[in-house]
Amino acid sequence: MILRSDAAKGYSLSAPATIYVGFLVAAPLAILIAYSFWTQTYVTLDKSLTLKNYREALTDPLVQHLMLRSIWIAGAVTIVTVALAYPIAYFIAMKAHKKTIWLLLITIPFWSSYLLRVFAWKLILGFNGVMNSALLGLGLINEPLSFLLYNEFAVVLTLAHAWAPFAILPIYVSLQKIDPSLLEAATDLGNNAFQRFMRVTLPLTIPGIIAACLIIFIPTVGDYVTPALVGGSDGKMIANLIQVQFGAANNWPLGATLSLMAMLSVGFVAIVFVITGNRLGRRIR
Amino acid sequence: MKRPSTLTGYALLYLAFLYLPVLFLPLFSFNSGTIVAFPIKGWTLDWYRKLGEQDTLIQALWNSIGVGFVAALLSTAIGLFAARAFVRYRFKGQRAAEGLVMLPLVIPGIIVASSMLVLFLFLGLKPSLVTVALGHIFLALPFAVSILKSAFDDFDASLEEASYDLGVGVFETFRRVTLPVVAPGIIASILVTFTVSFDEFVLAFFLSGNQPTLPVYIWSQIRFPAKLPNVLALGSILLFTSVLLLVLAEYFRRRSSGKGT
Repeated sequence: MILRSDAAKGYSLSAPATIYVGFLVAAPLAILIAYSFWTQTYVTLDKSLTLKNYREALTDPLVQHLMLRSIWIAGAVTIVTVALAYPIAYFIAMKAHKKTIWLLLITIPFWSSYLLRVFAWKLILGFNGVMNSALLGLGLINEPLSFLLYNEFAVVLTLAHAWAPFAILPIYVSLQKIDPSLLEAATDLGNNAFQRFMRVTLPLTIPGIIAACLIIFIPTVGDYVTPALVGGSDGKMIANLIQVQFGAANNWPLGATLSLMAMLSVGFVAIVFVITGNRLGRRIR
Repeated sequence: MKRPSTLTGYALLYLAFLYLPVLFLPLFSFNSGTIVAFPIKGWTLDWYRKLGEQDTLIQALWNSIGVGFVAALLSTAIGLFAARAFVRYRFKGQRAAEGLVMLPLVIPGIIVASSMLVLFLFLGLKPSLVTVALGHIFLALPFAVSILKSAFDDFDASLEEASYDLGVGVFETFRRVTLPVVAPGIIASILVTFTVSFDEFVLAFFLSGNQPTLPVYIWSQIRFPAKLPNVLALGSILLFTSVLLLVLAEYFRRRSSGKGT
């Protein structure tokens, strides 16, 4: 074998992966964009270029409503999940003795099917479900609670459960990286535990927090299964509408337009978030 | 730990929050009543017995295993090259390349699914298990690359250099030096990517056509209350299988790291 430069080896070895992913990201995107300018009437696809889909998507109150709800639900899920996960990540990184065991315990439930976990919540929160029957049996309530299932609350709860390890792991990694001598220095300089946390630990974990937020927020905006199973009509999100366009409504051009608009709004929110997050991080420091 | 702190208490509560919902599936799969609620009427294994009689389920299971196998092997193979490139060599645009490969992790599922459906039909590929596998390789690749990257991280490059110095060729060196050391990473990657594919729903829902994978089959059953006990039994088996795979992966990883580097 001929000796080649390291760079050439790097390119050729990573090429299958980058080309595969690059192709499957770029090609569908190009076709989606093309579709978004076409129109569909029943079975015929009209390939003359028009902005009709965009006009329809931007003026339809249902689309706006679902898009805003998707973003707000994903935002709520992100905040709840990260807030609940931080203490656990802190516990595992700083206090726990058997770190591997804890990390394993946290990840095991997520090796089970996502669909089944969401389904489990549907069974738990249902009107005649596990939670209501248990509370009735214990005599804590007199009639089944109806606000548990088929609303935004159920969607946020289910997603917060589903995404937990994705919040714990990045924060854990950033906590692991903190140099213990920094913490000692803070203590030596007269900081108490709370001050030390606010001045040293928290600012140093902001990259982990931002990563956790993005990892949860972006996929959650486009989640299909959870709103479909536990959302009811009050908890439907944009993905459900997109699926309808590609399925029952058979209006692929509109579906493509909605997909693109969802992608753009997610990207926009994510970029704004990263910029403000980084600013905030610098200010604390 | 000197004394159980509030943090420890919180951690235990959190574990309960993680585990309890999932554990209700196996619990109620043994319930002889068809309604999923307390109190449990009686215990039975009937729902498990009935699973074997359902031909569509068995077919869906084989579909999932086939797709999972192909997706696991191919994503791990492609990921192996990429991981080695990323850890061992420095090149221009490396960060961009690494970012690109991680992209499938963060694109919302519905967008991946709808755009691939459009692409595959454009290319003349009818929705089938093949298109599902192609999509799953895409989704599994980031998992493969990150697992294999950490496997190569632990690998001491001077071992390879020593092998070259002793006159051993590139392929022989890879087989006799590199492969044994990164083997646990490869096994872990295959197990993880298999599970990613095996459990994936949205993409398979869009791309499987009339060849449902197991999650697509489960989805079709969830709507009918009468089928609920069957779904519970099937789901419990799947949960158990996933955990078993993870424990196995952990066992292999530890055993080989004990005698390896």
